[in-house]
Amino acid sequence: MIVIRKFWIALIFSAFSLAGFAQAGHENHSSNQPETTTHSGEQHQAHPEGTAEDEHSAGHAYACGHSVNAESEFNAGDNAVHHVSDANAIHIIGDTYLHLPCFLYAPDHGWTITTTAAFDAHHHGNGAISKDGYVLVHGNVLRFQNPALASAEVEVSDYTHEEVTVDGKTKTNYYAIVDGQCEPLDVETTFDGGVMGGGITSFYDFSISRNVFTMILTALLLFLMFRAAARAAVRRDGQAPKGLQNFLEPFVIFIRDEVAKPSIGPKYEKYMPFLLAVFFFILGLNLIGQIPFFPGSANVTGNISVTMVLAILTFIITTVSGNRHYWQHALWMPGVPALLKILIITPIEILGLFLKPFTLLLRLFANIAAGHIVVLSFVSLIFIFGGAGESLNGSIAGIVASIPLTLFMMALELLVAFLQAYIFTMLSAVYFGSAVEEAHH
Amino acid sequence: MLFLGDFSVIRPEPGLLFWTTVIFLIFWFLMSRFAFKPIAESLKKRENDIQDALDEAKKAREEMANLQAENEKLLAEAREERANILKEAKEAKDQIIAEAKEKANAEYKRKVESALQDIENQKMAALVELKNNAGRLAIEIAEKVLTKELGNKSEQEAYAKSLVDSIKMN
Repeated sequence: MIVIRKFWIALIFSAFSLAGFAQAGHENHSSNQPETTTHSGEQHQAHPEGTAEDEHSAGHAYACGHSVNAESEFNAGDNAVHHVSDANAIHIIGDTYLHLPCFLYAPDHGWTITTTAAFDAHHHGNGAISKDGYVLVHGNVLRFQNPALASAEVEVSDYTHEEVTVDGKTKTNYYAIVDGQCEPLDVETTFDGGVMGGGITSFYDFSISRNVFTMILTALLLFLMFRAAARAAVRRDGQAPKGLQNFLEPFVIFIRDEVAKPSIGPKYEKYMPFLLAVFFFILGLNLIGQIPFFPGSANVTGNISVTMVLAILTFIITTVSGNRHYWQHALWMPGVPALLKILIITPIEILGLFLKPFTLLLRLFANIAAGHIVVLSFVSLIFIFGGAGESLNGSIAGIVASIPLTLFMMALELLVAFLQAYIFTMLSAVYFGSAVEEAHH
Repeated sequence: MLFLGDFSVIRPEPGLLFWTTVIFLIFWFLMSRFAFKPIAESLKKRENDIQDALDEAKKAREEMANLQAENEKLLAEAREERANILKEAKEAKDQIIAEAKEKANAEYKRKVESALQDIENQKMAALVELKNNAGRLAIEIAEKVLTKELGNKSEQEAYAKSLVDSIKMN
């Protein structure tokens, strides 16, 4: 446990150093870059066309932000953020992409079913043409805000982005350059209420994204492994386990004897399938996310949507399993004066019911996302030291610094992969246990 | 400058929420039905088998211990019996010897007594016969003396004397 705690401290320090690093990059960028950030209420059209500062950024002059292809600057923060995010197409190597199906729904247009190949993606995963008003930017599907562009295929020469602050909330606006004109783009709808820079927009993206693809792959792989182990268990009945069966069974026994039985008690058997499924699903995705190339590298468990679904399932099971004792303790704690109950205990307990799954989803998401970002930042050292490919000596220095750090982080992430899968399962079991616990007065 | 636009991991997306739910529910169902159930059953069965085997071994060990204790008991009993038998045999022997001695003594006594009796009887018989013979001889002598009485006195005496000499006392 002491070792684990030390690793935790190291992880926290890494995260802090990353934060400082990103901050430094931010300031550096800001000082070098022209003021493209527009502020509260200001619209991009307010900018005078083709300012000298904009030319500096990408070599092209656009009225709206700067080109997403701006290669003269290397931003480690942008790079890391881009690589941990979900995408509609999987970047394999160079300009090679694995094209995935797109299921897009716009309330004003209906369903568009296509693949990312339809966008004629070239360098950096930017599509050259639009389809039904959708375009591909950095491997992500976006949509023209202008409904006139929804009907035909439109050729797009470039994409730009800029950061704006509206009512104290920072968000990024994207634009497509069509015939030299800035056409604002919508990103897909997200359910963050605008707090995290998203919100409800003109379309919903139900595509098989990189994360969905990885999830299907991992689930399939796990299922085949476990199916083989289960077959072996049936076929080799009465014999000592061996091979894959012998490898997987200790995990199952561990979850049963160290997690389910002590946390849930005698009714543990009912919850075993969920605990095992959740444990191996998270562990499998964590581990496959550690592989730095296709078919790995997708940051699935470091995406809040994925952890949210798992946490909501834990919450539903807990709520459904809750017995009289559980609800009594949550709503009307016995042995406490009524006034205290109404004023403090009951509100806190009710808040706690929702906070528990919330911490569950946040913990897993933050740990895995942070791990990926730190690894990517260490890899970015090569490009920072090398001045984005301009200095060979700098690159070599970057490699020397980067390899041991990345190696260390990856080893740490391997531990975190197991640890977080275990913690999620353990806490789920504890919540189930509190729901089914019998009164013992 | 950090572009949050790409940092979509912190925003719940409907597509990913939907697919995660679908994939995880299918995964949960398939795994519990086709993988976890048989594995759990086989684990339980194996654990029961091992427990049974251990219980049986324990039982066998207990039985062995019982058997050994019984054997020892039997042995002790046998030993005791042997000792008893030996003791009894010794007693019987002593008794027999004592009885035999007694008997022998009695027989001896009886024999001696009977021998003494015989000797007495013989003695008495001999005395009777002696008396008889002496009497008969005395009568014979007296007869002969009487038949020769009127001859010579000296002759008579010599004759009596020869008669007496002729009496041989066996």
